[in-house]
Amino acid sequence: MIPLYLAQFGMIFAVFGLLLLSAAVMVYSERKVAAFIQQRYGPYLVGPKGMLQPIADVVKLIFKEPLRPLSADRVLFFLAPLISATAAFAAFAVVPFGAETTLFGLLAEPISLQVADVNVAVLVIFAITSVSVYGIVLAGWSSNSKYSLFGALRSASQMISYELSYGMSLVSVLLLAGSLSVTDIVNAQAGMWFGVIPKWFVFLQPVGFVIFIIAGVAETNRAPFDLPEAEQELVAGYHTEYSSTAFMMFFLAEYINMVTACAVATDVFLGGWHGPFLPLGFGWIWFLVKIGALLFFYLWMRWTLPRLRYDQLMMFGWKVLLPVSALNLIVTAAGVIYFGY
Amino acid sequence: MGTELLVFYAFAALAVAASLAVVLGKNPMHSVLLLIVSFAALAGLYIGLDAPFAAVVQIIIYAGAIMVLFLFVVMLLNAHREDEPAALEAAGGLTRGPIRTGAALAVVLAAELGWALMKARGANDGMLSAGAGADAQALQSVRSLGTVLFTNYSLAFEVTSILILVAMIGAVVLAKREL
Repeated sequence: MIPLYLAQFGMIFAVFGLLLLSAAVMVYSERKVAAFIQQRYGPYLVGPKGMLQPIADVVKLIFKEPLRPLSADRVLFFLAPLISATAAFAAFAVVPFGAETTLFGLLAEPISLQVADVNVAVLVIFAITSVSVYGIVLAGWSSNSKYSLFGALRSASQMISYELSYGMSLVSVLLLAGSLSVTDIVNAQAGMWFGVIPKWFVFLQPVGFVIFIIAGVAETNRAPFDLPEAEQELVAGYHTEYSSTAFMMFFLAEYINMVTACAVATDVFLGGWHGPFLPLGFGWIWFLVKIGALLFFYLWMRWTLPRLRYDQLMMFGWKVLLPVSALNLIVTAAGVIYFGY
Repeated sequence: MGTELLVFYAFAALAVAASLAVVLGKNPMHSVLLLIVSFAALAGLYIGLDAPFAAVVQIIIYAGAIMVLFLFVVMLLNAHREDEPAALEAAGGLTRGPIRTGAALAVVLAAELGWALMKARGANDGMLSAGAGADAQALQSVRSLGTVLFTNYSLAFEVTSILILVAMIGAVVLAKREL
């Protein structure tokens, strides 16, 4: 028997490792999906089908020279990538990815597949997202470069603007589940309606789900909302002046943020680890399938849709997405009271 | 010394140290960031008090939303360093008016703090023994917090909302003039 504290300690390392792995997988699949969409081969030389390409990339980045502009603010220039990467990892700590398990009888009492079960988990995710803005803003400011500064300003205002709709679409689900704990929200989605339709919140909250996905793409600065990194105007946005491992941190943070956003969407709207055919102990397979589908959708969108103009982005965020999500919230609240869900 | 006390002292020391650095620091950008550290330390104190909701809200609203605006202002004004004595001199120096106002405000603040401390000391014993359990429960549960907010304190809640709405309209009117 493994003691409980050791299992929880192991969980921290497991989640950390899995997130690193997921970032590598995402980089590889992004390049492969892009190649497929553009009728190219993509990476194919390193390892079977080019699967070791991310490792080669990491080695290359580590051996590059770390550069710092002369007029940069030294302390903040060093801290910014650390804040970004730390926030990215920390957000996943409260996201559960499977039902409680005893690891095939190895543990005396079951533990849940997540680092920390906090009773205000949904808000913790928000808190960490709102703090992660600082990594980007500081990177842009401390570099003392016009491209970086503009990228950071765009990114920060975009994240602040879309956070509202992001939050409101989540609140309507909280009303239905009646809890702020992600585990409770997932468990509220167990079972089926009429024996066919799974009780996922996406069917009760279709509008909320669409808003959540759109705002999630904007929050993670992905195309078609990747204004902060618009190459034609801003070189590379907030990380223009970064190289080597510091650049790698930003890169890592971006992909991990994407994985976290999809994991939250899976837990909150797509029923998490609940699904037909598989016993609850193997629910994490369902989780992986759902999160994989969402991540593929992210990649698909990036290589299909053109980038928005900045004023279009702001207009859409404040004048379309926010009113619709407010309306959705009001209707949901009325529905919850009327039907006593 | 229990773990709780240790946590309290660690976060309290961090909060005080960060706040001091905010006031004494010369670089406004660093001051803003240290203020965020101070807010985060306060959130840690709330967690120590078994109020995770208050802690998380503290991070979202203060450390997240409000300080980003602070950061924007400092960044865009490009205020590199707080003005040296020479620059202050050139601007006319500190005249009597501002000094007097500052001193008066400092006295008011000290009096308020003293009053609050006195009141807390008087109420401390009773609160810890009787009401603490129920209060902690209320703070932990978001549901009961919401119920209290919309029943006992609904007037304060509504007045605050109207205040914020007025501030928002004011901001729009002021900005619109420039457009």
